[in-house]
Amino acid sequence: MSERSIEPGRPSPEAFLRAAAQEGRGRLKIFLGAAPGVGKTWEMLTEGRQRGDTGVDVVVGVVESHGRRETEALIEGHEVIDRRQVAHAGHSLGEMDLDAILARAPQLALVDELAHTNAPGSRHPKRYQDVEELLTAGIDVYSTLNIQHVESLNDVVASFTRIRVRETVPDSILEQAEIEVVDIPPDELIERLKEGKVYIPHEATRALGHFFSKTNLTALRELALRRAAQAVDAQMLEHVRANALAGSFAVGERILVAASEHPHAAGLVRAGKRMADALKAPWTAVHIETQRDRHFTDAERRQLADTLALASRLGASTASIPATGVVEGLRSFAHDARATQIVIGKSSRSWWFEARHGSVVDRLVRSVGDVAVHVLPAEATVLVDAAVRSLPSGHWGPPRNYLWSALMVAAMTLLGRLLVEAIDLGNIALLYLVPVMFAAATFGLRAGLFAGLMASLAYNFFFLPPTGTLTVSNPENVISILVLLGVAVVTSQFAARVRAQAELAGSSARQNAALASFSRQLTASATKDELMQAICAEVARLLDVQAVLLLPSEAGPDLRAAYPPEDRLEQIEIAAAQWAIDNEQPAGRGSSTLTASDWLFHPLQASSASGRGVLAVLGIAREDTRDPIRSDQLPLLMSLLDQASVAFDRMALEEENLKAQAVGERDRLRAALLSSVSHDLRTPLTTILSAAQELRKHPSPELVETIDSEAKRLNRFVANLLDMARVEAGALPMRAEATDLFDAVAGAVHDTRVSLLAHMVEVDIVPDIPLVRLDPVLFHHCLINLLDNAGRYADPGTPIVIRCRRGADALLLSVIDQGPGIPPGQEKRVFETFTRLEGSDRVRHGTGLGLAIVKGFAEAMGLAVEASNNDEPHGACFTIRIPEALIIANIDSKNVL
Amino acid sequence: MTIRHKVLIVDDEPHIRRLIQAALNRADYLTIEAESARQAMDRLQHERPEVVLLDLGLPDRDGLELVPLVKQHADTTLIVISARDATEEKVAALDLGADDYLTKPFDTDELLARVRVALRNRMTRGGGVPAVTVGDLSINLLERKIVKAGKEVHLTPKEYAVLAQLAKFPGRVITHEQIMANVWPRDAERHVEYLRVLVRNLRQKLETDPQRPQVISNDVGIGYRLRIPEDTLG
Repeated sequence: MSERSIEPGRPSPEAFLRAAAQEGRGRLKIFLGAAPGVGKTWEMLTEGRQRGDTGVDVVVGVVESHGRRETEALIEGHEVIDRRQVAHAGHSLGEMDLDAILARAPQLALVDELAHTNAPGSRHPKRYQDVEELLTAGIDVYSTLNIQHVESLNDVVASFTRIRVRETVPDSILEQAEIEVVDIPPDELIERLKEGKVYIPHEATRALGHFFSKTNLTALRELALRRAAQAVDAQMLEHVRANALAGSFAVGERILVAASEHPHAAGLVRAGKRMADALKAPWTAVHIETQRDRHFTDAERRQLADTLALASRLGASTASIPATGVVEGLRSFAHDARATQIVIGKSSRSWWFEARHGSVVDRLVRSVGDVAVHVLPAEATVLVDAAVRSLPSGHWGPPRNYLWSALMVAAMTLLGRLLVEAIDLGNIALLYLVPVMFAAATFGLRAGLFAGLMASLAYNFFFLPPTGTLTVSNPENVISILVLLGVAVVTSQFAARVRAQAELAGSSARQNAALASFSRQLTASATKDELMQAICAEVARLLDVQAVLLLPSEAGPDLRAAYPPEDRLEQIEIAAAQWAIDNEQPAGRGSSTLTASDWLFHPLQASSASGRGVLAVLGIAREDTRDPIRSDQLPLLMSLLDQASVAFDRMALEEENLKAQAVGERDRLRAALLSSVSHDLRTPLTTILSAAQELRKHPSPELVETIDSEAKRLNRFVANLLDMARVEAGALPMRAEATDLFDAVAGAVHDTRVSLLAHMVEVDIVPDIPLVRLDPVLFHHCLINLLDNAGRYADPGTPIVIRCRRGADALLLSVIDQGPGIPPGQEKRVFETFTRLEGSDRVRHGTGLGLAIVKGFAEAMGLAVEASNNDEPHGACFTIRIPEALIIANIDSKNVL
Repeated sequence: MTIRHKVLIVDDEPHIRRLIQAALNRADYLTIEAESARQAMDRLQHERPEVVLLDLGLPDRDGLELVPLVKQHADTTLIVISARDATEEKVAALDLGADDYLTKPFDTDELLARVRVALRNRMTRGGGVPAVTVGDLSINLLERKIVKAGKEVHLTPKEYAVLAQLAKFPGRVITHEQIMANVWPRDAERHVEYLRVLVRNLRQKLETDPQRPQVISNDVGIGYRLRIPEDTLG
């Protein structure tokens, strides 16, 4: 192990931040063992029980007893959270119920087997991630781990045991944990194994036989002890850093691999891995984000992502750090990560670039002090197609720029020749400033320098004595040449800065324009569905992604809008969306949770004042399943999310208002219903009751008649109430079939003959009227109610006409009466529930439901109804429009012969 | 009447039973009662009524299940009683073998008319009636001759088939399904629209005023019946 000193001085801000992040978090204690069977679980349970005895609220999250009696006896004293059953491939697997523990909120949870891989479909793929969530929720966790599951040691263990363990736990987990090594001497462990006290899955018995050799166990034990010591070191260092203690502390090796977009970076990563293996050191692959990243091509971006993914697969932790330059970034990260070795590739930049800027490697070596820097040659030199790379400003630029510069210098030379008699040489030099400044300002530094050089050469050749030669005879001339070049440099620098600012302003203007258009689109949406669709479409357009929007609901996130259209998401994506809702944090690809999801979900949060919490979740993804969002798009995404949240909040508020109005309307209807029911039911009932009483004393045919008619009125009212209930429930059973309007009208006239005794009913249907597709029963009720209505309002003795005609695009069936008609302006209102028009009230024995039923039934069949007044003779006219689509044309006549 | 016909009233509501019983007794029928499906089957086997009035809403069994059982176990005429909106229930009962239906609420005149129609159809069961007269229309099924206001009417074969089916049991409803199964025996050609057009053509030929049909009446959503004077009480 090497030693390095920490610079004495102020506490590092990162250390403070880390310490602050720890506050309110639960503490993790890991019982680390060299091999299965050393008694980690037993130790954990014992210590858990001791904590429980001192009054700490302890639960068992998950513990595998493997049928061992002593373990079971220890579990018995604890509250055990039931496992969640997960169906997978026909088996039911019992997984730790994370939500149940979170809901139970104990002070301390005992969670066995930290390296366990959860069943597919669980929230997190790994149990250590579950533990992370418990810690975040402020719950202390005790857990167990075998040394071969530690990620950075995985290869080491595999190298001498020849058994590769797939379930690994990142070192970062161990770094935040208190570690207790559960240790028994190898001989004793082998003894326990022989006695059958060590649980080994049946199928692994043979493989593990080799594993439990004395050499292996000794090596493993050493590793475990060393890892624990290392963790203690790291924690001590953290303490020192937080408290700014000066001094030198021993820590383990840590290797840093500088990952870049170059294809050979994969080779660096592999080399880093070999080095890490050799030193048994943890390692990190880091990418330093600089201005250059903005000009990456897609291929380069992909290459970088692949490199980091490879590192992650090989057991490295990975990071991407923004910095002003590669050297600065690497230095500060190496410092923070306490790296002892840096692996970097040999620069592929041209010699002149390095000559001008100094080689990255040189500067790095100089600036990192006691960190060892390994410079490796490029393994693979697959060159990125230079043409694809967009040209960063400050490069050579097109040749045309130089041609223009040369031409301008030539023009000035010509002008100078013409004026040389009139003005002195010094002023002619001033003329040359014009092309130099112009070239530098317009074409950049290089073209400016080029122009300056050309100008000084031309000045020297054509004007400075001796003319016609390139010689400098006096210091004045030297000065004029230097001035020309200096002007080129200064002007181009200024111009470049102005251009950069203009570019920045341009890009922020573009962003503002995007936001403004987004905001406009959202404001234009009238309904929530439109709004959701607009959000998806705009986000998809502005960020060039696929977008979905989900609303939280009892049954989980509900996919409500998508662009391009998408009607379902995978289970894992739903889980990510749910997590984003529950935790009010992003989840999915490119976040830190549920990264297996191809989608990235961001919650839309309501303003805190409204107390509505997460209003919706926006999911974004790319067709090619790349990371959904580039880091340079993040600010725009955040602004979009903000605006979408505001729009959502506004919509929710409007909805609440509307709902309040709807409730008001419903209350009004309910009051009308109650008054109608109490009147329309009680009046005939009262009449019937008193008539029956009277009948007992004096038998009289008139009283019987009264009872009969009132009972019929009651019957009609109850029937109407039932029909109306069906309309309002929106549950009309539709059985549309070919219907003959002659039949329908005849049936209705027949059924209303009693109530229409005072009127003559004229049926006027054109003989060749076609059949129509309707529900005969519903249509029958429509007609009965229209006829009933006419019978009630028409003047006695006047005829009621049923007329059926072919209209332009519909059949029109009208019921026409002669009477007071409909008060002007009330033509639409007559179809409202419980509308009884003024002056007509109770005397007409109406229920106020009939016309509403007509409308409800008609609309259910796809028909329209309207009311109007006739003039000659005056009266009401109710018309049912049967649209063309419902007409049955062309019936083959041979089938009916 | 020399023979008093026996009617079984199946209804779980005692008031309804009492009222129906009073009406039937007044018209000189013998009545027996049952308040459940079990009791009804029992009475049916022991008392052998000629007519059964069966309410479909029974407490111990779905009335529809009872329809085929009644028809299997006894040689009786079955009239089902059902609520106003239960169109499908009525059609199902008729297609299962019920002879006619009554809609609740009904009045006693209607009830007696239905019972009379049922009994008459029962007596002429087998070949049905040989001849029917409705107003100025006479239908002779033996001679296949239709005369309207003294003039013979010529019908197409399908028109005649429909009219004959209705006329065999005058006053009784025949469901659309029953008519179509008879006139268009092959499923593929069976369409309600053909039936509608056919009935419209029939009415053109048989009715005095086709806009206000008096001969063939339509039971909305259920079927057609040949209206005979007795059943046009109103």
